[in-house]
Amino acid sequence: MGLTVGGPFAIEVEGLSKTYDGAVTAVEDVSFQVSPGEVFGLLGPNGAGKTTTLRVLITVLRPSGGTARVLGMDVVEQADAVRQAIGYVPQERAIDRFLSGREHLQLLAGLYHIPKDQAAARIDAVLALVNLEHKADEIARNYSGGMKRKLDIACGLLPNPKVLFMDEPTLGLDVESRLKIWEHIRQLKARGITIVLTTNYLDEADQLCDRLAIIDGGRVKVIGSPKELKSGLGGDIVTLTLASGDLDKVEALAQAIKGQTGVKAVSIKQHLLDIRVASPEATLPAILGAVTAHGCRLEFVDFHRPRLDDVFLAHTGRHMKEDA
Amino acid sequence: MNDYVQEVGALTTRWVKRLSRERFSLLFTLAQPMVFWLIFFGNLFQRTADMAIVQTPNYIAFLTAGVVIMTILNNGLAGGTDLLFDKENGFLERMLSTPISRTSIVMSRFLFVMAITSGQVLVILGVAYLYGVHPVTGLGGVAVIILIGLLFGIGLTALSMAMAFSVKSHGDFFSMLGFLSLPMIFLSSALVPLSAMPGWMAFLARLNPMTWAIDAVRPLILTGWDAAVPQIGIVVIVMAVFDAFCLWLAAKAFRKTLG
Repeated sequence: MGLTVGGPFAIEVEGLSKTYDGAVTAVEDVSFQVSPGEVFGLLGPNGAGKTTTLRVLITVLRPSGGTARVLGMDVVEQADAVRQAIGYVPQERAIDRFLSGREHLQLLAGLYHIPKDQAAARIDAVLALVNLEHKADEIARNYSGGMKRKLDIACGLLPNPKVLFMDEPTLGLDVESRLKIWEHIRQLKARGITIVLTTNYLDEADQLCDRLAIIDGGRVKVIGSPKELKSGLGGDIVTLTLASGDLDKVEALAQAIKGQTGVKAVSIKQHLLDIRVASPEATLPAILGAVTAHGCRLEFVDFHRPRLDDVFLAHTGRHMKEDA
Repeated sequence: MNDYVQEVGALTTRWVKRLSRERFSLLFTLAQPMVFWLIFFGNLFQRTADMAIVQTPNYIAFLTAGVVIMTILNNGLAGGTDLLFDKENGFLERMLSTPISRTSIVMSRFLFVMAITSGQVLVILGVAYLYGVHPVTGLGGVAVIILIGLLFGIGLTALSMAMAFSVKSHGDFFSMLGFLSLPMIFLSSALVPLSAMPGWMAFLARLNPMTWAIDAVRPLILTGWDAAVPQIGIVVIVMAVFDAFCLWLAAKAFRKTLG
């Protein structure tokens, strides 16, 4: 295949932008790197530019600016070599409902130029890998969402790819199917395949990805491992919601809480107090003590470890769920 | 080269399998032109048609050439439909992410549409034969009729694919199909000879490549080689221009789809 590996990265995206019809900007100045063997996630709401980025990487969309390299090969200049080395798992609708699962794979075997005498064994192998052997000869129209997804993954694995691209791998699936697909993705990672996936599920990004890029409005807001991103928020989060009659006391209360040991930061959002602490178990009594001392009444108290949603909020100024 | 044959073979196999699983669609595709146009329309207008104007013993004999080319028109214009759905549901992208030549998808559609169309032309000529329409140029003539059909069909299929790649929604696609198909039929020599049309319609019909195809097919069925050969010469030139134009449009639309 003649791979010319140009760096230590499986994927390098540098200043990527894509403008449609010279007017609509889908992605702007997107840069990231993916190391070999990593599961890398592009997390963002619908329309954030995740799929556009993915489409450039699988060579079906030409970037308007910047460069993207897969295994050191440029996705525009060496598109054919890239296509030979990657697998692609599109969103679930990309199934021909008149073909059986095996026929999908036979078609793709032809498109990947797999010799006829090897194709059958290869197809059996990928079907076994996703546990779809027993349904392989059934027409895809009768497949459940989970089965379609398994077929998609089998299709993506048929060329024995070094890099697998997955577009929303569990979108619209029930919980049980989702967990199974996650399990498959973990198995693929264990086999050393580099995986790039898009998702708008926070828990999926959290559970599956070694590292992820949060994308919003066509731009990368932040990149890191889920753990790094969460600890970057500066501690666990305690939120106090004050009763509406006590709004005039919020400033004084914030000052008082800032002075407590273990409190890292306090910010006021209308009648909400957003408090970052090293450990809520240790600090909460002191916080509540300050509330009582100021004669404030509380409507609601919430405390939790930072979640990816908090990371998203911190970097984009809004909740991810609002767009889902 | 081997790779190309393998790709096109795999893709064409898919179209054939799809059609074979849509039995009703297959039946209607095959039966519609001969039932609607040749049998219904032909018999309906048998007695109103003026034999002095159509210059044939009966209207069905006149209509046969028109139905043959109409069938090619409709199949060709619908030739991009499967790719339209592939584009909308992401299957096209799945295929384009594989290391295939970009032309093999288009080529597989040509092969498939041409094969279906050739079969249909034979069915129509067979039904016409039962109504006593015996092509005077024999099997050689039938072969030339199919070749003329293929020449026209390539351009139409390319046009259809150009539309499939450019439209925003499949509603637009089918509206455009409906808008193109009937005027093309009425503004051609399919149903009446140009000499019997109002002047402005005859003028427009002359700009329609379909007219030239029909005027080459008709003498092959009714009069003989002497009358047909000059018309065949003309239709080859007309179709070369038409096909080149449609292929250019298709290539342009395809490139745009690829960003």
